[in-house]
Amino acid sequence: MNQFFERRYVIGGIFITIILILLARLFYIQIIDDRYTLSAKKNAIRQVRQYPARGPILDRNGKVLVSNDLVYDITVIPKEVKAFDTVEFCKLIGIDKPEFNKRFAKAIKYSPNLSSSFEKQLSPQLTASLQERLSEFPGFTVQPHPIRTYPDSSAAHFLGYIGEVSEKGIIESGGHYRRGDYWGITGVERAYEEVLRGQTGVENKMVDSRGVPQGSYANGAYDTLAIPGQRLTSSLDSRLQKLGEKLMQNKVGSIVAIEPSTGEILAFVSSPGYDPNERMANYNELYNSPYKPFLIRPIQANYPPGSSFKPLSALIAMQEGVITPQTTYNCPGYYTAGNRRIKCFNGERHGVVNLSSAVAHSCNGFFDMVFEKLINLHGPKQTDTSFTIWRNNVAKFGLGSRLDLDLPAEGPGYLPKASFYDKLYHKGGWRSSTVISLGIGQGELQATPLQLANIEATIANHGFYYKPHLIKSIGDKQIIKKEYTIKNYVGVDAQYFDPVIDGMQNVVDYGTAAGSKIPGIVMCGKTGTADNSHGKPNSVFVAFAPRDNPKIAIAVVVENSGQGATWAAPIASFIVEKYLRDSITRRASGIEPSYYMNQNLLPEIVVKTTPAQKAKADSLKKLKLDSARKKAPVKSANNKKPLPVKYLAAIKPKDDE
Amino acid sequence: MSNQQRSFFFNVDWLTVFIYLALCTIGVLSIHSAVFDPKNQSIVDLDTNYGKQFMFVIIAIVLGIFILLLESRFLSALAPAIYCVTTLLLILVLVIGRNVGGNQAWISLPGGFRLQPSEFAKFATCLLLARYLSGANIKVSEPKSFAIAAGIIFFPMILILLQPDAGSTLVFSSLLFVLYREGLSPYFLILEGLFIALFVLTLKLNNLPLVIGGIVVVAAIIIFLFKRNRKLMLTMLIGAGILITFVFSVQFLYTKVLKPHQKVRIDIVLGLTSDPRGKGYNVNQSKIAIGSGKLWGKGYMNGTQTKYSFVPEQSTDYIFCTVGEEFGFAGSVTVLGLYLLLVLRIIYIAERQRSPFSRIYGYGVASIIFFHVVINIGMTIGIVPSIGIPLPLISYGGSSLISFTIMLFILIKLDSNRMGMIYA
Repeated sequence: MNQFFERRYVIGGIFITIILILLARLFYIQIIDDRYTLSAKKNAIRQVRQYPARGPILDRNGKVLVSNDLVYDITVIPKEVKAFDTVEFCKLIGIDKPEFNKRFAKAIKYSPNLSSSFEKQLSPQLTASLQERLSEFPGFTVQPHPIRTYPDSSAAHFLGYIGEVSEKGIIESGGHYRRGDYWGITGVERAYEEVLRGQTGVENKMVDSRGVPQGSYANGAYDTLAIPGQRLTSSLDSRLQKLGEKLMQNKVGSIVAIEPSTGEILAFVSSPGYDPNERMANYNELYNSPYKPFLIRPIQANYPPGSSFKPLSALIAMQEGVITPQTTYNCPGYYTAGNRRIKCFNGERHGVVNLSSAVAHSCNGFFDMVFEKLINLHGPKQTDTSFTIWRNNVAKFGLGSRLDLDLPAEGPGYLPKASFYDKLYHKGGWRSSTVISLGIGQGELQATPLQLANIEATIANHGFYYKPHLIKSIGDKQIIKKEYTIKNYVGVDAQYFDPVIDGMQNVVDYGTAAGSKIPGIVMCGKTGTADNSHGKPNSVFVAFAPRDNPKIAIAVVVENSGQGATWAAPIASFIVEKYLRDSITRRASGIEPSYYMNQNLLPEIVVKTTPAQKAKADSLKKLKLDSARKKAPVKSANNKKPLPVKYLAAIKPKDDE
Repeated sequence: MSNQQRSFFFNVDWLTVFIYLALCTIGVLSIHSAVFDPKNQSIVDLDTNYGKQFMFVIIAIVLGIFILLLESRFLSALAPAIYCVTTLLLILVLVIGRNVGGNQAWISLPGGFRLQPSEFAKFATCLLLARYLSGANIKVSEPKSFAIAAGIIFFPMILILLQPDAGSTLVFSSLLFVLYREGLSPYFLILEGLFIALFVLTLKLNNLPLVIGGIVVVAAIIIFLFKRNRKLMLTMLIGAGILITFVFSVQFLYTKVLKPHQKVRIDIVLGLTSDPRGKGYNVNQSKIAIGSGKLWGKGYMNGTQTKYSFVPEQSTDYIFCTVGEEFGFAGSVTVLGLYLLLVLRIIYIAERQRSPFSRIYGYGVASIIFFHVVINIGMTIGIVPSIGIPLPLISYGGSSLISFTIMLFILIKLDSNRMGMIYA
C-alpha cells in the first residue's frame, strides 16, 4: 500500500473503458452493419451459373422447327493466365497477335477475376485439339455452349435468332443477363424470350482467395437447378412453310396464311429468305444483298393492295348503303372521274356488271363508281367528312395500324388521313376524283401481307377476325392469351358478305384467277395487279378456302412480277390445296408447282443514280404527288430508305396471259 | 520460509492460471481452424502451425511450472542480468538476425525455430523497472528517478526501433501506466491522451489554425472559469504551449519521420484514403471476416474468409478474425472479457503485494498485455492503424507465447510468495 493506492481505480477504469470501446465497435460491425456479411459472400462464394436448355419451338403438328445443339466457346479468366506460348495459341485458334491483345484487354476490362468469352463457336476439330492442349494455356477454358439448330432450315424470319445480349440489355434486365449470355433478338425468339430462356440455375461454390474452388457452399442448400425453357408450339405448319419458301425462291415477296377460325398463322414466308443455320456464316452477303433478305416482308413490307382491295370496298359501300348487291354499272372499259379517265385492265369493256361480276372481272369502273359514291356520301362539298368515314371503315379491317402480332418490329402499313390530302392540296382542294385510285387499292394506300391475309380471314368469318398470332401453346399448357379469343368485328353486317364472296368465288371459278382453280375445292379469291414505281406491277392474290367453313385465308405478293393471276394466284392455290388436301392434284390449267419454284423473278438491279441524285428525284416526285396518276410513287418496302439501286424490268417478262 | 516448501502450487492464483490456459486453448484451436488442411488432420503434427503452437503451449506450461520452482528473490536479483541478456540479444539480432517481412527481428535457432528477442525484452524491462522503482528513496516524481526509469524503458525501445519494428517499440510506451501508478504526475497520462486526440484531429481536419485555435480557446475558458487558481492557470498555459508545439510537430512527424507504409496505415484508419484492394486489403478483409460472424458466428472451422485465406497473417497478427468469424460477437465478448478479467485480476494481484517490486512488476505485466490486446484487436476492426503485434497467448508464435508465459508466471510466483519476505 502506498499513497497512490487509489490510482488503481483510474487505471482499471481506463482499461474497462477502452475494452468497452472495442466491444462497441465489434457490436457495430458484427451485429448492426450487414455490409460485411455481403462482402464475405462475395469473397468466398462464387456463383456458377448453370445454363438451362432453351425451349424448342415446334410447328402446329409437333414437328421441331428449332432445337438446341452444343458448340464450344473459349473463355478466359485473365488473372489465372500465366505465361504461355501466345504465338502457338493464336495459330491454333486462327487469330493474329494484335487481335489476341485486343480481346485480352477487353476481357481484363470486364473483370480480371471473372471469366469472359474469348472466341466463340469453335469447330469440332478445333475443340478436340484445344481441349487436349488446354493445360498449356492456363486461364483459358473450353466451355460448351448451346446454339440453335433448325432441322428444316426454314422459317428464319418467323423464328428469329438468338445472340449475345447487348450491354444495354444487361442494364435494362436488372441483372438477369450477364455478359456473354444469349437472348432472343428477333422473331419468336425475341417475342417469347421469357418463356424460352428458362431459369438459370445457380451453384454456390466456395473459393479461396485465389479463386480456387473449395467445394460447394452449405452443401448446396442455396443452389438452384437450371429449369429448361418451355416448349413453344407455334401455329406454323411446316409443310406449308417449306412449300411456300420453295415456291417463292428467287422471287421477292411474301406469303401469309391464317386460319380464320383462330387467327393462327399457318405460313409466314418472306422472300428472299435464308437458311437460319447459315445466318452467321453468310451474314455479310445477306446483309449487303439489294433484295434485303433480313426484311421481314410479311409484317414490314408495304404493298399497294391493288384490286385485292375491291371486296373490301364493296363491303363498306353496302354497309354505308350506297350500293346493293343488285347495283349495276355499264362499263365502257374505263371510268370518268372529273376530267380523267381510269381504264379497266387492258381497256377491257365489261359491259353491264353487278357486284359479283365486277369482283369476278376486277372491273375498275364499277369500283371507282362505288368509291365516288362513298366519298360523295355527304355531298361533294363534304369530301373531308365522307373520306374520314370511309377511312374509319377501312381501318376497322386492320389497315393502317399494327395488328399486334406476337412478333417484334411489325409495321403499320399506310392508310392516309384526310389531313394528308389537306396538306398535299390545300383544304377543300381535293375531291373524290382526286383520290379516286384509293378505290381500287392504289394511290397512297399500303398494306402489309399480314394485313391483307387478315382481311381475307375477316371475309371468311363474315365480319370478324381473331388477332393473328404465331404461338398456339406454351409448354404442355394450352396457354392462349385472352386477346386471341376475342372476335374483332369490323362493322360490316354478316348479310353483306355473301354477295362479295360470290364474286370472289367467281374470280377463281371463271374470273381473273380461273387458271388457279383447285379441283374439288371452292376457293374464293381476288387478284391484284398493283402498280408501283419500281417496274412491273406487284402480283397480288388474296383468298380463302373452302367457301363453307373456311380453313385457310391467304395473301401472296410477288414483287414486280406482273399480274396477280400470273404468279400470286397459282402460288396461293398450291398452298391452299396443300393445306386442305396435303397433296397437290393435277389442275385443269396444267400448272404445276415445280414450274413456279424454278422461275427466277428477282428484279434486275441496275445502279442508275448516285444516292444524292436519287434522293433529289424522290423529293421532286413528292411535290408532284398525284394519287390519280397510274404510276403513283408508292414507296415499296425495298425503298424505305433511298437506295443507290433501282429495280428495273424483270429478267424475263414471261407472261401467261 | 518453511511455508513455501510445502508445495510448488501453494498460494498460486488459480483464476489467473485458468484464464491463461483458456486463452492458450483458444489460441491453439483458432490456429487449427485458420490453417486446417483436411488432408492432415492430426493436431500434434509439427509440420503445421497448430501442431507447433500445441507444442509451444506444452513447453510454456513446463516453463511456467519451472518458474514456480524458483526462489522469488532470484527474480529480483536477476533482473539486471536478464535485462542485460535481452539487450545483448537485441543488439545481436541487428547483426545476425533474419529479416522477415522487413523486420530484422528473429534469430534463427537449430531445428527451424526462431527467437524474437523483442518479446523477451518486454518482461525483462518490466523486471528491471520494478527493481529500480522499488528501491529505497526512489520517487518517480523526482526528475532524476524519472529520467532513469524512462531510460530503462527507452533503451530497448531504441534497439527495437532499429530493426525496425514499430509495433513492438510502441508496446513499451504502455509502461507509462506503471509510472503513473507509482506517482508520476497525472498530467503525463492526460497529455498522452491529448496527444493521441490531437494527432488524429490534426491529420483528419488538416487545418492547423482551427486545431490551434481550439486549443487556445479551451485553455482560455478553463483559465477564465478558475481565475482564482494561479497554479492551474500556469499549468494550462504550459499545457497549451506543449500541445501547440505537438500539433506543429505532427505535420513534421507525419510527412518526414513516418515511412510511407505507416502513413498509409494511419490514413486508412482515419478514413483519409481507402484502398481495399491494395494497402487497405488486410484490414478490409479482416473487417469482412469479423463482421460476417454476426452474433453466433459461422461455427468452428466454418469461417470462409479465414479458412480460404482471404485474411492474411491469419494465425499471427490477424488471429482474432477466426474468433470473430467463427464465434461471432459472442466469441468476441468472451475473448475480450477474458483479457479484461486477466488484466483486472493482475491489478488486483499487484495491489495485494506487500513488496513494491511485485506490485510494480504486476502493473508492468497488466499494461503490456492490455496494450497488446487493444492494439491487436483494434487493428483487426480498423480503429487502430495496422501495427504488427501479436494477440497475447492466442497468436501463433513461440517467442510471444513463451515470453507472455514467463511474464505471467513470474507474477504468479511473486504473488504466491506475497506473505513471505520483502526482497527489495
